[in-house]
Amino acid sequence: MDFRLTEDQRALRAGIRELLAGRFDRDRMRAALDGGGDIGRELWRELGTAGLFALRLPETAGGVGLGLPESVLAFDEIGRALLPGPLAATQLAAGVVKGAAEGEAVVALAEAGRPVGHLAQADALLVLDGDRARLLTGGVLRQVAGEARPVRSLDPGTPLWRVPDLAAYDGEPLPNGARVRREGALLTAAEQLGSAARSLESAVQHAGQREQFGTPIGAFQAVKHLCAGMLVRAETARTAVYAAAVTADPVEIAGAKLLADDAAVGNARDCLQVHGGMGFTWEADVHLHLKRAWLRAGQWLTAADAQEALAADLA
Amino acid sequence: MDLAYTDEEEEFRARLREWLTSVLPGLPEKPDPGDWPGRRAYDTGWQRLLHDAGYAGLNWPADAGGRGATPTQHLIFLEETERAGAPYVGANFVGLLHAGPTIAAEGTAAQRARWLPPVLRGDEIWCQGFSEPDAGSDLASLRTRAVRDGDDYVVSGQKIWTSHAEVADWCELLVRTDPAAPKHRGISWLAMRMDAPGVTVRPLRTLAGSTEFAEMFLDEVRVPVSHRVGAENDGWRVTMVTLSFERGTAFVGEVVACRRTLDALAAEARHNGRWDDTVLRRRLGRLNAEFRALWRLTQWNVSEAQSTGGVPGTGGSVFKLRYSHARQELYEAAAEVLGAGDALDLDREWVLDRLSSLSYTIAAGTSQIQRNIVAERILGLPKGR
Repeated sequence: MDFRLTEDQRALRAGIRELLAGRFDRDRMRAALDGGGDIGRELWRELGTAGLFALRLPETAGGVGLGLPESVLAFDEIGRALLPGPLAATQLAAGVVKGAAEGEAVVALAEAGRPVGHLAQADALLVLDGDRARLLTGGVLRQVAGEARPVRSLDPGTPLWRVPDLAAYDGEPLPNGARVRREGALLTAAEQLGSAARSLESAVQHAGQREQFGTPIGAFQAVKHLCAGMLVRAETARTAVYAAAVTADPVEIAGAKLLADDAAVGNARDCLQVHGGMGFTWEADVHLHLKRAWLRAGQWLTAADAQEALAADLA
Repeated sequence: MDLAYTDEEEEFRARLREWLTSVLPGLPEKPDPGDWPGRRAYDTGWQRLLHDAGYAGLNWPADAGGRGATPTQHLIFLEETERAGAPYVGANFVGLLHAGPTIAAEGTAAQRARWLPPVLRGDEIWCQGFSEPDAGSDLASLRTRAVRDGDDYVVSGQKIWTSHAEVADWCELLVRTDPAAPKHRGISWLAMRMDAPGVTVRPLRTLAGSTEFAEMFLDEVRVPVSHRVGAENDGWRVTMVTLSFERGTAFVGEVVACRRTLDALAAEARHNGRWDDTVLRRRLGRLNAEFRALWRLTQWNVSEAQSTGGVPGTGGSVFKLRYSHARQELYEAAAEVLGAGDALDLDREWVLDRLSSLSYTIAAGTSQIQRNIVAERILGLPKGR
């Protein structure tokens, strides 16, 4: 047993971080948000070229042949950078939807009772319905998009649409829908992790610089303890997510999603508090992480469903 | 990232399981918590069994009489013994997890030869004389004085929260040997005989009604200078060695125990109908996520320790913070499962545990102190108050 990251895994993570730092720095992130959450086709293609979407496709199918742990590390970085778009759904559809593996296609996610993100840019729609999954494309997708109505989205990085009842629309069934849901939940948990870590860094940086009463506020226990709590949340969630990636166990994934949602939402809230009035402004990035975290907490596996799965596991 | 155990590790686990299956049915009945001589006999009897089977001091270095096992093997040992319902380390706790590792790391050859074998065999029990009435979280402000007189120190003062003092043979004692030095620098680490003249032990009753620890009064107790471990006035550094062991590995078995308790809670809830309460059921589900994650965090910390030569790092503080609060939540949930009537009945399982759990966020460094450690040593925030 050696739970630590391998050299290759560290290198992969560093590579994705570098790619995102170069292609999606804060200015680009802000511009994307000001543009209404455009996913940026060019960057999407670059991610495809870097192998993000084909990461888990076997090499014989033109993929990279890596596993869930590597995907989790990549999505951790994506969450940290606040990259918009239905990345998990697109990776899960790679090999099935034409162009998804290469970053040429965008695959959006639709779940019953919830608005759909990035519908206008979607080349396919991954519909999750309990333990079943299917893909809507072509004319059917256009029909859905035509009947959809835009929502004033809470998350400025994710344009949302209310769609008609999807039960009426036929699509191509995906084998093993339960697994699709689990893996989507895990990748989303990884994004939450990156966001939680970014919020922690931002809070610590601010607490070390901002002075009140003639001293950095990070010297005060009240602030220090908020930051310590953020680290504990992030690290507990991190080990849960990493372990779930290794085991791919359904109950473990449910636990990982639950704790990662808590970490992302809780850390963003505490980060906002540490920033004081500045944290409440549009200019600070804190609210962007909080809003995205709320959005992701409602996707793939909600807290209620995760808790029921975890309860059912008890003797 | 690899959570699989090697063939060697799995063999170790299988042999251990086999041994546990053969030896556990023959154990005597567990003594009453208030019966200290009985508890001592039970705990040292278990330690002797471990010793004779080659499992004593598993994670101690071989030259200290240990087995030189890897942190992973130690993790397996703690996991399997707890899973099998084997006795807890009990009264051997301080000897095996505090004083022993400290003497192994900092003691002379003669000190190691004198003190370590009896700990491993279960022949001698140690207690911890660190805290004082005015030196708890601020441990370095301790005032118990040791004055050199020939080949002895003459020790006077008062200690508190001394676990197992009633049945201990030895005490790992922190004393002030230089009152003029800055407070962290004038401290020394002594091994004191508990039957030495001038030592008075008075049990303290906890809110759970039991006497888990005691106050200890020291009135001109003579401790040979040769019983000092480490250099004079270097006791603070020696102590930090001890505490890093405590925070790194002391709670591994308890995570497994909590998972067993959680399963038992679910079974009870299904039995008494409380399982139909959605809020309670989901609360138990959340605790499942919590203790699964704490187990993974343990494996993470052990992997880190293995890579750095066995000394547990600051990950212990992260673990301790999360674990102590989770364990309190576990027994709050237990009270919900029992329901309003049974949660007040001290004869019902978990009611005493609920009371005991209140100490977890205080003992071995309060949550507030742990947060300071995390904030200052991991996050690099400025020191302050």
